[in-house]
Amino acid sequence: MNEAYIYDAVRTPRGKGRKDGSLHEVSAAGLSVTALNALKDRNDLEGHAVEDVIWGNVTQVAEQGACLARTAVLASELDESIPGVSINRFCASGLEAVNMAANQVRGGAGNAYIAGGVESMSRTPMMSDGGAIAVDPSIAIDNYFVPQGIGADIIASRYGFTRDMADAMAVESQIRAKAAWDDNRFANTIVPVRDINGLTILDYDEFMRPGTDMQSLGALKPSFKDQGEIMPGFDKIAIQKYPELERVNHIHHAGNSSGIVDGAAAILIGNKEFGEQYGLKPRARIKATAKIGTDPTIMLTGPVPVTKKILADNGMAISDIDLFEVNEAFASVVMLFEQAFNVDHSKVNVNGGSIAMGHPLGATGAIILGTLLDEMERTDKETGLATLCIGSGMGAATIIERV
Amino acid sequence: MTDFTLTKHDDGVAIITWDCANKSMNVASFEAFEELEACIDQVLAEDDIKGAIITSGKKDFAGGMDLNVLGRLRQEGGDNPAENIFNGIMNMHRLLRKIERAGMDPKTNKGGKPIVSALPGTALGIGLEIPLATHRIFAADNPKAKIGLPEILVGLFPGAGGTTRVVRKLGAMAAAPILLEGKAGSPKQMKLQKIVDEVVADPVAAAREWVLNASDADIVKPWDAKGYKMPGGTPYHPAGFMTFVGASAMVSGNTQGVYPAAKAMLSAIYEGALVPFDTALKIEARCFTKVIIDPVSSNMIRSLFVNKQALEKGANRPAVGDERVKKVGVLGAGMMGAGIALVSARAGIDVVLLDQNIEAAERGKAYSAGYMDKGIKRGKATAEKKEALLSQITASADLNDLAGCDLIVEAVFEDPAVKAEMTQRVEAVIPEDCIFASNTSTLPITELAKASSRPDQFIGIHFFSPVEKMMLVEIIKGKETGDRAVAKALDFVRQIRKTPIVVNDARFFYANRCIIPYINEGIRMIGEGVSPALVENAARQLGFPVGPLQLVDETSIELGVKIAKATRAAMGDAYPDGAVDDVVFAMADLGRMGRKTSAGFYDYDEKGKRTGLWDGLDDKFPVSDDQPDFIDVQHRLMFSQTLEAVRALEEGVLEDIREGDVGAILGWGFAPWSGGPFSWLDMLGAPYAAERCDQLTEAFGDRFKCPELLREMAGKNQTFYKRFGENAQAA
Repeated sequence: MNEAYIYDAVRTPRGKGRKDGSLHEVSAAGLSVTALNALKDRNDLEGHAVEDVIWGNVTQVAEQGACLARTAVLASELDESIPGVSINRFCASGLEAVNMAANQVRGGAGNAYIAGGVESMSRTPMMSDGGAIAVDPSIAIDNYFVPQGIGADIIASRYGFTRDMADAMAVESQIRAKAAWDDNRFANTIVPVRDINGLTILDYDEFMRPGTDMQSLGALKPSFKDQGEIMPGFDKIAIQKYPELERVNHIHHAGNSSGIVDGAAAILIGNKEFGEQYGLKPRARIKATAKIGTDPTIMLTGPVPVTKKILADNGMAISDIDLFEVNEAFASVVMLFEQAFNVDHSKVNVNGGSIAMGHPLGATGAIILGTLLDEMERTDKETGLATLCIGSGMGAATIIERV
Repeated sequence: MTDFTLTKHDDGVAIITWDCANKSMNVASFEAFEELEACIDQVLAEDDIKGAIITSGKKDFAGGMDLNVLGRLRQEGGDNPAENIFNGIMNMHRLLRKIERAGMDPKTNKGGKPIVSALPGTALGIGLEIPLATHRIFAADNPKAKIGLPEILVGLFPGAGGTTRVVRKLGAMAAAPILLEGKAGSPKQMKLQKIVDEVVADPVAAAREWVLNASDADIVKPWDAKGYKMPGGTPYHPAGFMTFVGASAMVSGNTQGVYPAAKAMLSAIYEGALVPFDTALKIEARCFTKVIIDPVSSNMIRSLFVNKQALEKGANRPAVGDERVKKVGVLGAGMMGAGIALVSARAGIDVVLLDQNIEAAERGKAYSAGYMDKGIKRGKATAEKKEALLSQITASADLNDLAGCDLIVEAVFEDPAVKAEMTQRVEAVIPEDCIFASNTSTLPITELAKASSRPDQFIGIHFFSPVEKMMLVEIIKGKETGDRAVAKALDFVRQIRKTPIVVNDARFFYANRCIIPYINEGIRMIGEGVSPALVENAARQLGFPVGPLQLVDETSIELGVKIAKATRAAMGDAYPDGAVDDVVFAMADLGRMGRKTSAGFYDYDEKGKRTGLWDGLDDKFPVSDDQPDFIDVQHRLMFSQTLEAVRALEEGVLEDIREGDVGAILGWGFAPWSGGPFSWLDMLGAPYAAERCDQLTEAFGDRFKCPELLREMAGKNQTFYKRFGENAQAA
């Protein structure tokens, strides 16, 4: 079997996913092109250098529709002989793209791939692509559908995480993100977004709120309380599924949940031969990949079973992992992971996460894998694991090893 | 022809009159549909007919579908009932669609004949679905008329195009109260909701005028016209999306997922909204067929509609003359007495409300005044009605005022000595033929009757609290109670528009006999370390309005202690509920007596509002780490009361399984979707039910021992309704 290596990783900064966000003026294709061109330029990818561009993207309608992956390739400086495929595994799409690419390489289907993803949440709002899981009564009712935020609050209720615990984690995410930026730890990966004239539109993660403290978070109202308790009353559905709960504690709010942002990320993956051919040095080996389906109502517990699976499949123990990236979709997701594996928070999301910097759905998986690799190199760690919770009850994980 | 007849008129407007022979109210049947179709065919075929009005020969338009027809459709289908039902429904759609399209050209929408409906009064269920297929609905300005689609209330949904048409007409959001809650209203109210087009003094005249002037465009339904857009948006339209996401949660949350009709209707609405009209009707028919096939809907129809009505009409009434009550004496003006006085006066019966002193009696009467004041505030009553009602009630402290009463309902303190004394004092002043009823909930009637000099005229009439809200009345025959007393009680219950069951005398009669084991099983689990939330949610998800812990908080833990002590004294060593008492007595020792004391299994705020399960419960009865399977918790709650119902039948306390089923649902909210305890056991199947009894006995004790009757039925693979007959009495 071939080995799959990471040769390079880039990402755009993350812009606030609102009409007044800096990247709102940039199209999803434009964000994608920024990342793709950066990989091409940094690695001299002329001609049919890679087999495919596997591109994670969640809301595939309007400008993100009609196979944005291929659209982005055509809009970029990559050769037109390189195709593109858009994939959607919700919040883990970017990581799933990497895993698919790695497994294609390992299986011998070509020497190299570009994998990553994009989401312009300010321009193509979440859920604007509909979806029967939430709307078709025969499916929604049988599966006890509740929105993600309710799922996150169910985690808190079932596993005993309080509002204070979640807020403390959010404060820490902000502190760590600021420290990482102050220390230029993302410098190797960040590609500024520029306009047609080469003028900089954004070159830092603008969503961050340095100085956030327990007191400022304490003033925020829980985001999912009304839809849980009043209209349309999702808590009743949650309790039908988990009758041991008397009630759902709504601990999550805008400050301890991931931010809505725009951004893109791309990773260059290839076998040994590819590196030799292009004179590139592999940065890490993709040691293992995994995905799993799990309870769709609580929805966001996936990182736990998928991590158990990836470790078991590869004869590894949690202690074999030196560093973790667990996507901060909601504070309770990370707390559950740490509780389940008894992992100390000092090893998890050490440069901050989606709570501080935002979660551009289709891109995040590739972003956190790049962040993980940068930090492993900086602190000379051997093995790292990235994992994300996923809508409709799934989980995805990747283990990388430095070479 | 007996149901629909067509008469032609010189102006070219044909009148199609619906007038079921030998019935006071029109109800739809398949024969009736054939006649309607013949009329419609004639309208469309004959050149001298310009249009038609469908109306009624009775004061109302129609009460709905003959629900027995649905059962027949199922039976006639033999091995493949679904196909028979589906074809039957599609045939109905075809006819209604023929009316709606009225012969117009399918491409140009031109050349059709206007067909409208004129409703003189009530139009419910299919009685509204037919009009909805016509081109315009004219209703008489008759505030007493009820117009709506109440199918959901008996476990069905509007399946003759009503669902599809109302959603297409109003949009999903506006259609929700009409379809999902079955809310009916007066013609004026339904005009505001855009179901009725015009409310007029003479609907036939107005309809005739409209038919004569209707243009081609006037008779094209919006959904048959080009460019139709559903109001409020379809499911994947930005406006409709959140409505539909929320609808599933609301329906499932409100129905606890145990009512298949609500879910099936929602599917018909959602899937129908995504396709053209005729395809939507086909989907509606598939969803409706599924509901008809589901035993839940047939059980609900049987108990909540067919059998409930049969009992109300006196299915078990002895054949004696008219015993309607003219003047009732209510003894004791406490909460129960005041409620009984209210419902009696409301039915136009003269009431003497008697208590030891006039102040207490007046307080009892004031309850009726307060009730009417609330009604006035809500616009449901008037000052005149209040006066009329109050004039019917005489508050008194003088026994002599009871002269002329033909029924006495005693509602004094639950103490045999007090009751005995009252019986004797009252019998001294009332007419010889007056029936004396005791509203006791626990004391054996045969014992109380010993105080009476006329035990054949002595009976139990057990009301549930609050009297004006609870629909069930349990009539208890003592050993010597005669037929005339039973007839009197039944006629009285019919007058006050409640549903009666007639049972024989035994400890706790029927309802309380079943409720107590239900409450006890819940409490017992707390003692075992089962999570209280799990117990309460198990009950709620079975469709019970309240869990056992909330129920005992409402009825008071003090009462539980009292009953436990009395039962223990009566049963001695055989007393089986020591484990329950451990919990109940501990709560009582802490002064947590339930809602009354603002502290029980639940906590309450200063206003008496329940805030949540008492968190101290965990210290007193620690929740164990190992929680039972949810289904075991649910089965313990279900079997504890269901087996008691079977024992009541075995012992002859219950004489009719219909009463057992209807009484359970109306009396204490027994899982209405199941159709009642006997229907539920039939759904499980006797062999499985008996096997579950054995497992539960093994795991949890002898109270789950399979009754002989059920064991025997398991051996023969019988159902209760087959063995005891759909309509016949059990005994």
